[in-house]
Amino acid sequence: MSVSPATPAPPATAPAPDDGGLLRAIAVTKAFGGLVAVEDVSFQIPARSIVSIIGPNGAGKTTFFNMLTGLYAPTAGRIAFDGRDITGRRPDRITALGIARTFQNIRLFASMSALENVQVGQHARMKAGLFGSILRPPWVRREERETRDKAREMLDYVGLDSSVHEQLAVNLSYGDQRRVEIARALASDPKLLLLDEPTAGMNPNESARLTAFMRQLRDERDVTILLIEHDMKVVMDVSERVTVLDHGTKIAEGEPATVRNDPRVVEAYLGKRESESADETGETTAEGG
Amino acid sequence: MDLSMLGALTRPLREIVANKWFNRIAVPVVIGFAIVFPLFFVGASPFINNTVQALVYVVMALGLNVVVGFAGLLDLGYVAFYAMGSYAIGWFGSEFLYPVNHQKGVHFLVSRLPGSLPGVHINFFIVIVIAAALAAAAGAVIGLPTLRLRGDYIAIVTLAFGEIIGNIAANGDQLHFGQYTLTAGRQGITPVDVPNLPGVGDFSPLNNRPWYYVALALVLIVLFCNVRLRDSRLGRAWIALREDEVAAASMGVPIVRTKLLAYATGAAFGGMAGVLLSSYTNTVNADSFNFSFSIFVLAMVILGGLGSIWGVVLGALALSYFNTYGIPDVLGPFLKNFGLDVTQLGFGIFGFVLVLMMVLRPQGLLPERRRKLEMTQGIGADESLVEVNA
Repeated sequence: MSVSPATPAPPATAPAPDDGGLLRAIAVTKAFGGLVAVEDVSFQIPARSIVSIIGPNGAGKTTFFNMLTGLYAPTAGRIAFDGRDITGRRPDRITALGIARTFQNIRLFASMSALENVQVGQHARMKAGLFGSILRPPWVRREERETRDKAREMLDYVGLDSSVHEQLAVNLSYGDQRRVEIARALASDPKLLLLDEPTAGMNPNESARLTAFMRQLRDERDVTILLIEHDMKVVMDVSERVTVLDHGTKIAEGEPATVRNDPRVVEAYLGKRESESADETGETTAEGG
Repeated sequence: MDLSMLGALTRPLREIVANKWFNRIAVPVVIGFAIVFPLFFVGASPFINNTVQALVYVVMALGLNVVVGFAGLLDLGYVAFYAMGSYAIGWFGSEFLYPVNHQKGVHFLVSRLPGSLPGVHINFFIVIVIAAALAAAAGAVIGLPTLRLRGDYIAIVTLAFGEIIGNIAANGDQLHFGQYTLTAGRQGITPVDVPNLPGVGDFSPLNNRPWYYVALALVLIVLFCNVRLRDSRLGRAWIALREDEVAAASMGVPIVRTKLLAYATGAAFGGMAGVLLSSYTNTVNADSFNFSFSIFVLAMVILGGLGSIWGVVLGALALSYFNTYGIPDVLGPFLKNFGLDVTQLGFGIFGFVLVLMMVLRPQGLLPERRRKLEMTQGIGADESLVEVNA
């Protein structure tokens, strides 16, 4: 079957319609030298939604995350968050505006305790500077105390009891480290939480608990969640919308059920279809994650 | 020597330091002892003399500890801040700028003697504040070009900065500004004003006690700042940056600002120590601002334990006394048996001690708990990101 000249991409330059989305990426491109990791991706997240980005390895998902959080400046395109243009802003500024994230490979401060890790997460919400830290006037003492209390509260919230609060991050179990990372991200009071493969390495039970936790977060704390995920069960279960990246471009977007049956998505995961039987294989594999 | 032996030797010490009662009992006892013990020596005692120098080194080592120990930025040019402090007292506390005010001098809160001399004479303690500010500014300036660098490359840039300052100091007598020159070059600036502190006694070469108390006060101030900073928002941010810059930035820590604050804070302490040392030795000599000085202070920090406040104090005292007593009095006669002149081997011996330390006990005498993990478990190894939007 011959394919007509590439499927028309969504208009690249026209800004996406503003329907009150919390985050909007408009025709975002990132090139590392000659390698285009993300190309012309437009994307929108409505407030209080849970949205997933999926795609094969190397599709540009994490690069896209890194642009949203300011670790990379986009080569082209704009990113708007909560009514502000955040394109190319510094990561700490973006965190202060209300985006927090976790990392694909857990990046806790290993030699700090769980509590201290979460306290660092509140950095953007604290004020004590050099002289405040040295002289420690009453307002700094209060701030320190409140920070510590809040850190404990966050750790409790993600399900870590006080016996692990003082433990060094490096000594925590893998699952607990993931929790601390989420607590650390939540400590900055984000409006948008980016989770990069949060269920990696978890068993189905743990994954299911995390899925429930994401909903709880959204409902109780009004946090909008964007996740990169490989576990299709989680994706299909939790997301309201799914965006599929492949080779840096967006190839599909929509409700989980629609995206799952999109031939382009199946092709991206499995390669081009040779026969009818591949369709079935595709579904099983996709579901197995 | 058995590897575990050193560890066993210092274990009781480490347990004491880790104990929460340490701060309530041991610290006042140590401070009390530090206040009382010079009274058992005569004013001109060489031991007090060496102790004053040791205390100045403690201040410098604690300053460097903020940069290297807390924030993990390897600084090989720390001598630059000693130089800044020295010239602060050279400019504002000596006859060096004698043409100023028609050779009548400018005086501010100084005693009668310097009050009658030409040149700028500002109260010693105000000069300390000026020096801290000057050095902090210099620290931020040196910090700027290192912001995009990591690890070893930071060390190279700071090393170069130290050398540049040293060379400017040595050749500053050729830099004319009207009737003034920038520095006195290798000729040096002497005499230098002494502190004016009624009630503490006479600051003279024959009476080291007042110097000792000023040095001790400076140590206590810097120690206090170190402890406060370690357990603060800023201290946590430094450690976070040291461990994982990307994660720290993503958690809201501003990389540039936080790093520059580390450089500036460390530099300020170095500048303060420089004022005291130059006033005490009564000279500002460009020859003393050399690379080996930076290494000497860094060795103290490493010996004590990077990031460990009490370790660094111990390391500075140990290395300073080793320099003034251990090498000439203990190793000197020993090496003489082999026909070696110890005065020419000083740095060779230091190098040997450092190598020994790195092999036997890389985490230092009194390691900080975190650093120990990093040394023994390889935590916090620099993982680089392609591009940090700093």
